[in-house]
Amino acid sequence: MPSHTFTVNGRSVTVDAPDDLPLLWVLRDMLGVRGPKYGCGVDVCKACTSHLDGVDVRPCVVPVSACAGREVTTIEGLADGDDLHPVQEAWLEQDVAQCGFCQPGQIMAAVALLRRTAEPTDEDIDAIANICRCGTYFRIREAIRSAAARM
Amino acid sequence: MTSSGQHHAAGRSRRSFLTYLVAAPTLALVTRAGADAAAPQAAHAVVPSLPAIADVVDLGDLFILAGAPTSALLALAVEADGTVRFRLPREEVGQGLTTAVAMLVAEELDAPLADVRVELDDARPELLFNQLTGSSNSIRSLYGPVRQCAATARARLVAAAAHRWSLSPASLTTADGTVRAPDGRTARYGELAAAAAAPGLVVLGATPKKAAQHALVGRPTNRIDARAMVTGAQRYTLDLDVPGAKPCVVRRPPTFGAAVRTVTNLSAVRAMPGVLEVVTVPTGVAVVAETFGQALTAKSALQVTWGPGPADELSDAQIRTRLRAATPPLLVPPLLTPYVDAEFDFAFVSHAPMETNCAIADVREDRAEIWSGLKSPIVARQSIAADLGLPLDKVTVHVVQAGGSFGRRLFFDAALEAARISRACRRPVKLMWTRVDDTRHGRMRPATHHKIRATHLLGEVLSFEHRVAAAETDFRHGLGEIITATAAHLPLGIGNATLAQTLFLTTVKSPYHFGLTTQALTEVPTGIPTASWRSVYSANTRGAEEIVVDELAAATGKDPYRFRRTFLKTDAQRAVLDKVATEGNWGRTMEPGCAQGIAFHEEYKSRTACLVEIDTRDPQRARVTKAVIAVDVGLPVNPRGLEAQMAGGLTDAISTTLRAGLHIDKGLPLEGSYSQFHWAQQRDTPRDLRVFVLPATGAEPGGAGELGVPAAVGAIANAWARATGSKPRSFPLDFDVDFTPYPR
Repeated sequence: MPSHTFTVNGRSVTVDAPDDLPLLWVLRDMLGVRGPKYGCGVDVCKACTSHLDGVDVRPCVVPVSACAGREVTTIEGLADGDDLHPVQEAWLEQDVAQCGFCQPGQIMAAVALLRRTAEPTDEDIDAIANICRCGTYFRIREAIRSAAARM
Repeated sequence: MTSSGQHHAAGRSRRSFLTYLVAAPTLALVTRAGADAAAPQAAHAVVPSLPAIADVVDLGDLFILAGAPTSALLALAVEADGTVRFRLPREEVGQGLTTAVAMLVAEELDAPLADVRVELDDARPELLFNQLTGSSNSIRSLYGPVRQCAATARARLVAAAAHRWSLSPASLTTADGTVRAPDGRTARYGELAAAAAAPGLVVLGATPKKAAQHALVGRPTNRIDARAMVTGAQRYTLDLDVPGAKPCVVRRPPTFGAAVRTVTNLSAVRAMPGVLEVVTVPTGVAVVAETFGQALTAKSALQVTWGPGPADELSDAQIRTRLRAATPPLLVPPLLTPYVDAEFDFAFVSHAPMETNCAIADVREDRAEIWSGLKSPIVARQSIAADLGLPLDKVTVHVVQAGGSFGRRLFFDAALEAARISRACRRPVKLMWTRVDDTRHGRMRPATHHKIRATHLLGEVLSFEHRVAAAETDFRHGLGEIITATAAHLPLGIGNATLAQTLFLTTVKSPYHFGLTTQALTEVPTGIPTASWRSVYSANTRGAEEIVVDELAAATGKDPYRFRRTFLKTDAQRAVLDKVATEGNWGRTMEPGCAQGIAFHEEYKSRTACLVEIDTRDPQRARVTKAVIAVDVGLPVNPRGLEAQMAGGLTDAISTTLRAGLHIDKGLPLEGSYSQFHWAQQRDTPRDLRVFVLPATGAEPGGAGELGVPAAVGAIANAWARATGSKPRSFPLDFDVDFTPYPR
């Protein structure tokens, strides 16, 4: 079984897994990192959105072999201890979550967007394709605007 | 004009909730509804026209009455550190119920909200009808007993402090989790919790606060579980660590309900990396592996032959023909008066919660333990015990907070399946349905056909008739326990049909003075797995009616807003309609291809109006660009949560009206994921959304969980009609098969 070494939320990990095992299952089933959620497995719902070297990816379609030597950040790695990331703070302020299942992915997508552009337009926000079945989209939009102002 | 809500509140006030002390080291109480709760309520309506059944007694009322005699309904404990624990016999699926209940507890206890923990209760069969989460009923049924329970706890804490200080309880006050004496002495609830548990403590009657005294209830409050959700700490079923439970997926049949005949490469799949077990169960072939990734790979590799299913040849065209044929005839022939006729079709729709069907099961020889998101946990426990051949008291069913439901989790398909798999392979399993399976084999909202005829003369509407034919909705969860669930299983669908009629008649009603008004339902069994979907019959039924209301207005030369205003029955109804017309600037000039739409809906003692603006200039992607919603729930507990519920209902309506539906093709939906089942994304939803929660107009809260869908369906369809000049008749409006289906 091939061995893969990479960083998850600042911690170095080594796992023995088939090269093509999606990162999502390495995180959830082997490392116990359960923030990224399964919603489709084919990069459509984007509930598992996390960061690979700071760029948003969908771990359900990223093979573990692609992570070797790189830095994976999940929702669990966003806050600095008890100090939340400004996007998480904005999510609390706007009381975004309903069922909450898609929100780790929504937040990671928003953080990635704000990294790309400090002042996202409505069109930029429209381009976030993460599904929220509960319909929290408007509060997500407000939270991203609020976070952009904070940052 | 007196509203029926006021009449109802008067009837409800005679109910009482008896609270008992439980032997425990610190204060612990249980509350049950009093024996007089089931006494008949005055059953007359005060609306001048013939009331519909749902005007007099709605489904929620029936649930409240059914649950009333239940013993030990609620349990509240105050611990030595001041933590207040409340066991909630309901499910949280995102509706914000735990937050609203925590607010009620904190309000009555005068405790900080942060000290209150609301925990989801395990399945408790002794609760009978009182552990079902549905019908927008949770806050309606819990508002009285939760407050009584917490008020009693507060009275005992005050009595304990009075005893300690040798003062009269009446001289003491409470605030912020503390009892205060006039001389300035204070005692934290945690310090008093043991003394308050003393059986000999004399406590005078405890009465919940009047609404006018509420400091927290009615104030917009953020979710108590929000921090867990934004940090990834919130634990859903498959996030739980149950010792030894291994990932499990199931290979499912190519058509609904077909059974496995043979697995031709069993030993090869068993030898695949990470695979631990491959077992056949009634619903398919289960693979258990070290990781879900490996289980999914092995599932795909399985070569399975399948028997026939109950609906193998069924496709949309036949379903539509059957529904049209089953629609009952209209009574009023349009001979002498002008009339508006309309027929509507609505497609099947997946519940599509973000968290697919899932469960953890640990079944041993002599006992079983289950974890799952369950809205009917009692009947789940009873059914699983019967299926496993175990005594009921050897089966434990834990209710886990879930990633959405929208009606899906009224059933316990994954919990039962996981129990069977765990028994078959003699190990604990974590069962996850794939998204494709959840869309195709999960339950769905039934397709419906509607025939509506309204006659009018000289500006008056003389009759309004609505006939609905629906693919049968499965209500075999009963009222959440085995007795009514068994009744629903009676042969020939009689039991289920009776429940369906009861549900239809106790939820669907017209809010307008439209003369002779009749609404009737026929259900058509199809073999397709179904379940109630947020607002059950109302989304389609009332949505279609709101479209006809616009067409009636046009036929009589009236503005749609003014027309509704004229024919609504009460001032309370007009208040929400006026609110959206004013705030939404009704009647403003719009670009060609863009238009406003407006609609109204009332159910479960609550009412709402919705005004939207739509942009149809890109015919492939019509977008609701703005929405204004007003809602009157009688007594709002958490306005912030209500806003969220209404935004959710709006998104359901945007999705199902414009693009999201299921095509049934030879016994299976073509759609398999969100790339095919076109649920609204950020780019489909309005950048401008305003929700107005009206101040309290009554003494008790009405239902809110399902309220938002039907008015939004009507408003969006009406806006689309005005923007395009077309009559909306078949939903979703844009329903092309614009994808290559996944293999079966």
